[in-house]
Amino acid sequence: MNENLHHITAVAKREWRAYFDSPVAYVFIIIFLMLSGFFTFSIARFFETGQADLTGFFQWHPWLYMILVPAVAMRLWAEERRSGTIELLFTVSVTPLQALLGKFIAAWLFMILALILTFPVVLTAVYLGSPDLGMVASGYLGSALLAGAYVAAGMFTSALTRNQVISFILAVVIGLFLILAGYPPVTDLLAQHAPGWLVDGVASFSFMPHFEALQRGVIDLRDLTYFASVIVFMLFSTQVVLKNKVGR
Amino acid sequence: MINASGLIKNFGYRRAVDDVSFEAQKGAVVGILGPNGAGKTTTIRMVAGFLVPDAGTVWVKGIDVAADPVAAQKHIGYMPETTPLYEDMTVSGFLRFLAEVRGFSGAERQRRVDEVIERCFLQPVRNQSIDTLSKGYRQRTCFAQTLLHDPDILLLDEPTEGLDPNQKQVVRDMIREMSKEKVIMLSTHVLEEVEAICTRAIIISAGKVVADDQPSVLKTRSTRYNAVTLDVEGEGIPAILETFPNIGKIQTLSTDGNRSRLFLLPKLGKPIAADVLETAREKRWKLFDLKVDEGRLDDVFRRITTTEDIREAE
Ligand SMILES: Nc1ncnc2c1ncn2[C@@H]1O[C@H](COP(=O)(O)OP(=O)(O)OP(=O)(O)O)[C@@H](O)[C@H]1O
Ligand SMILES: [Mg+2]
Repeated sequence: MNENLHHITAVAKREWRAYFDSPVAYVFIIIFLMLSGFFTFSIARFFETGQADLTGFFQWHPWLYMILVPAVAMRLWAEERRSGTIELLFTVSVTPLQALLGKFIAAWLFMILALILTFPVVLTAVYLGSPDLGMVASGYLGSALLAGAYVAAGMFTSALTRNQVISFILAVVIGLFLILAGYPPVTDLLAQHAPGWLVDGVASFSFMPHFEALQRGVIDLRDLTYFASVIVFMLFSTQVVLKNKVGR
Repeated sequence: MINASGLIKNFGYRRAVDDVSFEAQKGAVVGILGPNGAGKTTTIRMVAGFLVPDAGTVWVKGIDVAADPVAAQKHIGYMPETTPLYEDMTVSGFLRFLAEVRGFSGAERQRRVDEVIERCFLQPVRNQSIDTLSKGYRQRTCFAQTLLHDPDILLLDEPTEGLDPNQKQVVRDMIREMSKEKVIMLSTHVLEEVEAICTRAIIISAGKVVADDQPSVLKTRSTRYNAVTLDVEGEGIPAILETFPNIGKIQTLSTDGNRSRLFLLPKLGKPIAADVLETAREKRWKLFDLKVDEGRLDDVFRRITTTEDIREAE
């Protein structure tokens, strides 16, 4: 048990440092902050709506993550396989599960750091009015869970291939599906052609209803369970892929 | 300490390793030889627990590697053929990471890292980023990594490939020095290296073990084993030597009047030098030089691996 933890933190620390030793971390954080600011203030017209809630801020996150998280996650395994370091990692008593947990934690914490750095948006809202801080907190929780689900999906596609471009595209497609399956314009369209139970069934796979519930300040165990299961499922699939590819 | 039996590994329809068995005890330096694509790397990867054999088992200190790779790998230091390294780290950062994974922390971790940096002569590059290292330093960094936890077993896939002559010597000396307490398995294409440091040579061809013996014994399978090179002055020497039953072939390398340099190839590696010396004394030939060939490993290697190919083709 102790050794598990030791290996997981060693891998996570290495991965975390790898983000900050290269320009990736800084470029990513700056782009993320700029885009989320742009969407919030220009597109959602945060100032003009006169409401001091953060819907206009959070509603863009699924789309931002869809593009940006795969960029962070694509190298997690693809690079390891391309450069052959996976052979080193898996011959020094580190198990695939330990390694993938370490990598997942590093990438997720990195996303959470980027998310925390959006705090000026909250300060602006507080300055403009009095937002429901409970709602803000639950919105952030939802966004962090959403980021975790994207990271897990991106890590899965990263394990599938040694090509980072393919990994990126696959992750975007998975993200797009998980958004669109429950996106009202799409579900409305589907509802005209398909029975309601099918539409609901597909929609229940989607991030959107769960994410929206959290944005409204409703912390429901079912939504938390949903995100947890997506993450666990993706991590499990990653482990299966790794075990097959590596040959054990 | 290493015991492999009946190892088989297929990649799709291709059988890369075909029923390989061997064992090695403490003190052994086992050299794995074979043509490109023979299955050396695949075999070593199975011992290292990176690949799982399709059939057969490797035991490392009594641990079934495929069943419990984590436990087995604690006793193994493995240097892959491609010397993979994390490009974005510095040499010391990389070694610190591996020392941490190997279970060391704090001052002990630093001590181990400093020690291998010193032993592998990495001081000049210790703070250099790995992606800017020269090939030889990459090689040495990856080698250093195998020594961090002072394992009982070292698996080195082409450890001296790409090193300058001085560093090759350093690595060989280190291997020889460490071999007393460890089992060292290395693959190489440099046959002189096998003669210099290996106590055993396993030749693999097309996935099969075709020879497994001490290098000095293997060399006796060379056609040149016991061949004699002679620098001698006297009357009608070649004619006399031709009557020897054990001499198969006589080659004149150069002549200068009555003096000539001859190369005598024995039949089936039989010793001929004693007979030649005795005759020289009897006939009062003037002997300038006489060398007995120990046989050559490259000759044996070529013979074994190419006849094997021919047999395969038939
Ligand atoms: N991952 C893989 N997928 C498919 N085939 C492979 C794989 N790894 C090795 N092979 C094949 O297995 C055979 C043995 O390869 P291996 O790398 O073990 O040879 P080797 O003896 O180390 O050769 P070299 O001297 O060139 O290093 C080769 O035919 C190779 O193409
Ligand atoms: Mg090889």
